[in-house]
Amino acid sequence: MSAYTGTTELLRLAWRRDRVLVPLGILAIAGMAVSSAKATLALYPTAESMGGAISEIFASPAAVALYGPIGNPTSPDSLAVVKMTMMGAVFLSLFGYAVVRRHTRSEEEAGRLELLGSGVVGRRAPLAAAVVLATGAVLITCLLTALGYIGLGMQSAGSVAFASGWAASALAFVGITAVAAQLSSTSRSCAGLAGGAIGAAFLLRSIGDSQATLSWLSWISPLGWSTQSAAYGANRSWVALLGVAVLVAGVIGSFALLDRRDLGAGLLAGRRGSAHAPASLSSPVGLAWRLGRPGFLGWLAGFVVGGLVVGGLAKSATDLIKDPGIADMLRKMGGGEGLLEDVYLTTEIGFISVIAAAFGIVVALRLRSEEVAGHTEQVLAGATTRSRVLASHTVIGLLGSAVLMLVLGGVIGVVDAAAGGSAGVGRLLASAAAHVPAVWVCIALAVCAYAWLPRIAAGVAWGALAVFLTVGEFGGLLGLPGWLIDLAPFTHSPRMPVEPFSLPPVVGLLAVAAALLAAAYAGFRRRDIG
Amino acid sequence: MSDAILVSGLRKTFGTTTALDGLDLTVSTGEVHGFLGPNGSGKSTTIRILLGLLRADGGTAQVLGADPWTDVETLHRRLAYVPGDVTMWPNLTGGEVIDFLGRLRGGLDQAKRDALLERFDLDPTKKGRAYSKGNRQKVALVAALASDVDLLLLDEPTAGLDPLMERVFRDCIDEVRADGRTVLLSSHILSEVEALCDRVSIIKDGRTVESGSLTQLRHLTRTSLSAVLDRPATAADLSALHGLHDVVIEGDRLTGSVDTERIGPVLDALGAHGIRALTCQAPTLEELFLRSYQS
Ligand SMILES: Nc1ncnc2c1ncn2[C@@H]1O[C@H](COP(=O)(O)OP(=O)(O)OP(=O)(O)O)[C@@H](O)[C@H]1O
Ligand SMILES: [Mg+2]
Repeated sequence: MSAYTGTTELLRLAWRRDRVLVPLGILAIAGMAVSSAKATLALYPTAESMGGAISEIFASPAAVALYGPIGNPTSPDSLAVVKMTMMGAVFLSLFGYAVVRRHTRSEEEAGRLELLGSGVVGRRAPLAAAVVLATGAVLITCLLTALGYIGLGMQSAGSVAFASGWAASALAFVGITAVAAQLSSTSRSCAGLAGGAIGAAFLLRSIGDSQATLSWLSWISPLGWSTQSAAYGANRSWVALLGVAVLVAGVIGSFALLDRRDLGAGLLAGRRGSAHAPASLSSPVGLAWRLGRPGFLGWLAGFVVGGLVVGGLAKSATDLIKDPGIADMLRKMGGGEGLLEDVYLTTEIGFISVIAAAFGIVVALRLRSEEVAGHTEQVLAGATTRSRVLASHTVIGLLGSAVLMLVLGGVIGVVDAAAGGSAGVGRLLASAAAHVPAVWVCIALAVCAYAWLPRIAAGVAWGALAVFLTVGEFGGLLGLPGWLIDLAPFTHSPRMPVEPFSLPPVVGLLAVAAALLAAAYAGFRRRDIG
Repeated sequence: MSDAILVSGLRKTFGTTTALDGLDLTVSTGEVHGFLGPNGSGKSTTIRILLGLLRADGGTAQVLGADPWTDVETLHRRLAYVPGDVTMWPNLTGGEVIDFLGRLRGGLDQAKRDALLERFDLDPTKKGRAYSKGNRQKVALVAALASDVDLLLLDEPTAGLDPLMERVFRDCIDEVRADGRTVLLSSHILSEVEALCDRVSIIKDGRTVESGSLTQLRHLTRTSLSAVLDRPATAADLSALHGLHDVVIEGDRLTGSVDTERIGPVLDALGAHGIRALTCQAPTLEELFLRSYQS
């Protein structure tokens, strides 16, 4: 029996389990890419018509830090994909990561691999099957997107370069996740490692893209490769080879690690601990904090680093605007140098609030994984109530996300002030706080989904976040109806410090979050557990 | 109040599966009650309704005089539960899990906890996945036994325990009984049931098929009988004989089974044919259960 015996059977099994999820992911990402490009092309069909749009994009350093540089400033095709390039690369990387983790570490944790491993299945077969499925999903998404672009009449070589850039980023993360799944001993720490890698890659390229002297950082970040392919410009389709190289290295490395460890164990092994529980571990929320603390500290570190980067770039990013005309115009509008900086910071804080919502959703969905693992049953068999059990992870998610946002605002403010910026710590703290209610709506929605639709809670919560994000980014462009755009909580966050604080939307968002939590409780108290 | 658990006509369906179909169960205070039935017959479902984890679709259930669905918090201070498949939090040690579960229940007796750890030979400093199946089971058992509760709900608590630990478990349950506390014990291990239980309930397809003490149940089943006769009996001779079943006659040998309370009259009747050799075998527990499970 070879180490790969049974790979095709496992692949078929994995496909059977994911036959809805994977095609849905492929269609969502490719569909989003093609429809947003179509809408942009309808707005700016020729090079002449797009002059304003391009300078608009380049006028905002926040946009470059978020979306990366445009492949070719004079090509309408390039403009059509500029927003989708980085966002899609992140989505596609998350997609590849999720597929790999789902069929390796999560399966092993649930003990199902053991069941398979005792059958006629080679040692490397499960990992091989997961990597093949994820690679296939990524490549099909890239292929469909390229075909869709060519179908829209966009330049073929550029469309191929675009797809190559995406493939480079996502394939690299397939390989990286394969390694992370071997290093970690739980599905959760695997998520921490791989998610941290995606976050770090985003930060690296965000610095590299917005700082001319540090542009090499974009080349060491797999996410940077999706913009470095310079679609419809230099058309560096060969960047795909970088992704393939990381994938191959990752797979070889993960097989080597796999051969050195026991089933169920990771290389970052667990140690012994205390024979007695600390006093804090005596209630459901105490348990939730204990379980969530390591993850929270990881996110906190990420937000501090993010704050350092955003704050550090604030002053110099505004220097990117060399055009004296624009600077003069801004000054005339009364904002002076500071206004430009505010625009940048407002955009960044708004964007990072979506990431804080992702943290909250991860924590809220722990309610579900705890129930599936049978832990909720054990807790509810104690003298506690359903409301306390439901509140446990919810409170950690709500408070944790608020702390993350405030820390972010504080760090940005302090760093910016140290660099001679003018934004002010107090204003940035207020801005960060103003974004918290929208974050809470997303978390409350996840809790509500868990209470009423436990089986599909993760899909509902992440799907909603993805929709909120894309509706906010592309809603106007696609001509979506106003009510649909208004569904996204983030569009209601006061855009501080550019705009002043406004109470009604904040009160409205808090009311929606409270209503969702009340609905969650109403559902949770009457349903079966387990 | 003399019944710790009083369940009647309990119904529960999951989609199209009927898990409980009018189940009755009475457990008196202070007894160790065996809860038996084939796989999928509804034992765990019943216990989870008694814990307020599942909501019954019909029938009534009372635990320690309270409604298990509405009086959760006060009721759970007085009971402890050991699930059949104990899963541990990967990053918590066994000792932490024991303390946590005990505190949730309103505190646990430290001296008792340490004594139980000793008796079960359990290392409380290991973390989640480092425990073997039996050791995970021990963690839940220690947590349940260390708290001073009136009722223990045990769902196959000894699955995975080695014989030595099984004996420790039996000693512990005997002590619980001596304290006048009540135990509902679901189990597939018949020797354990025989050794521990005052009364048993056997369920099948979500319905109670037998309930009573083991002697009572034995009495309900048949004794197998094999006799060699001087004058071979014909089937016609025996057809009028009440209480003799499954008769097979091969030459001078007759085998069959007899209702336990009819042994006397049947032997009298066979005596008329001249008994040369006779073996009578009381039903083993296993036969008793197999018969209930298959009926
Ligand atoms: N959450 C659920 N969803 C759907 N069906 C369920 C669920 N829980 C139990 N069932 C079904 O209810 C029936 C009774 O299950 P239960 O677990 O109570 O059996 P059991 O007597 O404990 O069996 P075992 O001896 O194997 O532990 C089974 O047919 C099972 O498939
Ligand atoms: Mg069961």
